[in-house]
Amino acid sequence: MNVFEKMLAIDRRWIFLAIGVAVILPFFFPLGLPVVVTPPVQHLYDAVDEIHPNDAPLLLSIDYAPATLPELEPMAVAILRHAFERDVNVVVMTLHPAGYGLAESALLTVAEEMGQEYGTDYCFLGFQPGTSAVILGMGVNIATVFPEDAYGTPLAEIPMMDGMRNYDDIPLVISLAGWSAAEAWVYYAYQPFGQAVGAGVTAVMATDFYPYLSSGQLVGLLGGMRGAAEYEVLIDTLDKGVQGMDSQSIIHIMIIILIVLGNIAYFGARRRRKLEETEAA
Amino acid sequence: MRRQIPLALCFIAGLFMAVQYFIPHPAVQNTYELLLSWLQTLLAFAFLLGTVSLIRMHFHKIRNRADDRAFSWVTLIGLVGMIGLGFFHPQHQLPGSPFNLMFLNVQVPIEATMFSLLAFYIASAAFRAFRARTLEATLLLIAACIVMLGRVPIGDLIHESIPAATQWILNVPNLAAKRGVMIGVGLGMMATALKIMLGIERAWMGGSD
Repeated sequence: MNVFEKMLAIDRRWIFLAIGVAVILPFFFPLGLPVVVTPPVQHLYDAVDEIHPNDAPLLLSIDYAPATLPELEPMAVAILRHAFERDVNVVVMTLHPAGYGLAESALLTVAEEMGQEYGTDYCFLGFQPGTSAVILGMGVNIATVFPEDAYGTPLAEIPMMDGMRNYDDIPLVISLAGWSAAEAWVYYAYQPFGQAVGAGVTAVMATDFYPYLSSGQLVGLLGGMRGAAEYEVLIDTLDKGVQGMDSQSIIHIMIIILIVLGNIAYFGARRRRKLEETEAA
Repeated sequence: MRRQIPLALCFIAGLFMAVQYFIPHPAVQNTYELLLSWLQTLLAFAFLLGTVSLIRMHFHKIRNRADDRAFSWVTLIGLVGMIGLGFFHPQHQLPGSPFNLMFLNVQVPIEATMFSLLAFYIASAAFRAFRARTLEATLLLIAACIVMLGRVPIGDLIHESIPAATQWILNVPNLAAKRGVMIGVGLGMMATALKIMLGIERAWMGGSD
């Protein structure tokens, strides 16, 4: 076997090991790479910044499942910190059944950290099935879709929900989702009701949302852990998003090197085979 | 009749949902809101159907003593356990309940780990399968490398043109292609919806035509 064929025959477990080491090492030896903010994230930050304190709330729809938690929870935490720091009221809900526990966990953690009071500064509506039906129904009357909060308290008895009827009373909706929920908010909240919508999605999905950004259907977009890291830089509180950027940087470099090496090995082996066939002939 | 009634219901409901958008009369809007709440109820039943289907499938595996029936036992025990904790524990709705603890400490790490395995397989695929065999594949790989570099801080450190090139790729060719796909998908969805409403497309009813 020539060197190229030996390269192609490498046991893939060596690659797995290299990736594992590359992910873990930066947690012990941080690189501290600077994160530059991009316009889509800046626009979403500005939209949250424009919400009046102690007035109409931000509606945060935490629509992700455990599979996409590492990418999307840092976004949720950063947005909640930003809102609470500015005394912006926050209403949290979820369109995913597994999102209930995750939304509650993120919300209560940040609320306790920042000394917020349930019912006055934030509330949690919980989960309702039927993505499009929920979003459309909230455009007419929120209380029809969510008659109570997640803990059984009627919405009319929650101080911050007093006077809140539908999207006319909500300045901004942000959906954090690893599936089509963010698009559903554009289709069923922005289009019929003119509701301002922002989104936070996984890096793989982010490319799908650039048409909505370009047309103004989305006010801003967070894409993957990079989006969370940029938002953390903007709120000046560095956390898991920025922490993950070191590992992600190394992994991306490794994958590019693997692509180059794989192609060198493939074309080198192919060329050698052709030469050998020519010589044999 | 067995096929005519569902077709008629489908046509009437589809037509109503399309037309109600243009009729602000309270009677129409009230009917629309009622149908939305019915839709939520139907979708909640879809969860029930899925759960029943799952239980049946694994119960048959256990009864037929399939080789991997141990996993079916784990599935059913987990399902019954979580249902029990979720419905019957006195504080199941509150944070810190056993249901919550099981979800956050068992299901969340398991699902996050399963998804994270993709990173290892992508790295392996990058070495073994991503080949620049054609011009299109070469362009794709070059664009992928630029975007991968541009979306991490190292790209900003290497040269300012890398993130600029990344933003251009996302804002111009990517946007154009996605927009074209979305328009095509939207037109296809409209055509399919019309076909379903008019009874031309009947696959949703099952059985033979």
